[in-house]
Amino acid sequence: MPFIAAFILSYLLWLVLTAGTNGLLWSTQELIAGVIFSLIVGYATRDVIGEKAGRFLNPVKWLGFIVYSPVLFWGMVKANLHVAWLVITGKIRPGIVRVPVDLENDAQYTIMSNSITLTPGTLTVDACPEEKALYVHWIKIPEGMERPQSSEPVAGPFEKWARRLGR
Amino acid sequence: MMETVFFYAALVVMIAGLITILRIMLGPSVPDRVVGLDTLNTLVVAGMVLLGAAYDRTIYIDIAIVYALLSYIGTLAIARYLQGGLA
Amino acid sequence: MNWVSYLIYAFLAISLTFNTLGSIALHRFPDVYTRLHGATKCTTFGTIFAVLAVFTHALYRLHVTGDPKYLQMALHSIVALLALLLTNPTGAHAIAKAAHLSGYKPVKAVVDAYEEKLGGEGR
Repeated sequence: MPFIAAFILSYLLWLVLTAGTNGLLWSTQELIAGVIFSLIVGYATRDVIGEKAGRFLNPVKWLGFIVYSPVLFWGMVKANLHVAWLVITGKIRPGIVRVPVDLENDAQYTIMSNSITLTPGTLTVDACPEEKALYVHWIKIPEGMERPQSSEPVAGPFEKWARRLGR
Repeated sequence: MMETVFFYAALVVMIAGLITILRIMLGPSVPDRVVGLDTLNTLVVAGMVLLGAAYDRTIYIDIAIVYALLSYIGTLAIARYLQGGLA
Repeated sequence: MNWVSYLIYAFLAISLTFNTLGSIALHRFPDVYTRLHGATKCTTFGTIFAVLAVFTHALYRLHVTGDPKYLQMALHSIVALLALLLTNPTGAHAIAKAAHLSGYKPVKAVVDAYEEKLGGEGR
């Protein structure tokens, strides 16, 4: 299964990178060379990428990522206006807080931490799956928020999305 | 016409890169310099993409892809080194 | 001059504003962690808009000239954007963790829960 997943993903990348050489499409030699190189890559990485990589071929999940991207983009717009305002005024109240989260596997932690890093005023310092918590550097902590009890004030709706996408 | 605009945009990105290099030289601690380096990598990728449009050459954008991936590995290596050895 | 060029100008203006703000943030903020905020977020956002400007330009040229070179340019710039979006937050996270573990504490912090956890483990 890891072999098939790596083969399909690297062949897709090859197709994207070589489009537009023969008219607007691909020539036959390129398609065959892509199969050969993708076989080599899939064989070489079959031990590296893990047993459950097949779940990234699920089309429902790809649709989920497409729906998720405008949510993330809107979060990034707010984050950047916030940081730009902080750069101009310089009013900060930084600190590292512990955020308890309820996630199950590594993919969910990856999506959650990357989303937190890209959204308003927060930056993940460490993830601790064994105690189900993220350590987040927050650039402007509101008064009385030094010990948050859930991820709601820090990350907004992203925990729900991460749980759904990384399953 | 449009290409000239991309040239000026790349010039402004280079000026931002110069401001970043100032932080790399001044930076009081090693992590400060690494942050500056990471910022400079992102700016170089942006400048490469803009120059690719300005010179009308796709190969510049390919270089931007490879540079983004390789600079990430460099950042990770420096971070592991700071954290206590490359073991 | 038509509406496509104005769209490209708008994208380039946003991109250059945020890239410059990101590099100024390195000088405005007091310590490593706050500098990472400014640097990572602003430059990632600025580069997204630089790529969008190039993408729009390439699609417009493809529409005008029909040269497949411009299709390549559009697709490759999107791949560059994806590479950057996947790697940049992870790199920032690695730098923050490494800085904390090697002993650089956040300046003027009101709370440092990570320090309490590491102290509890006796590291």
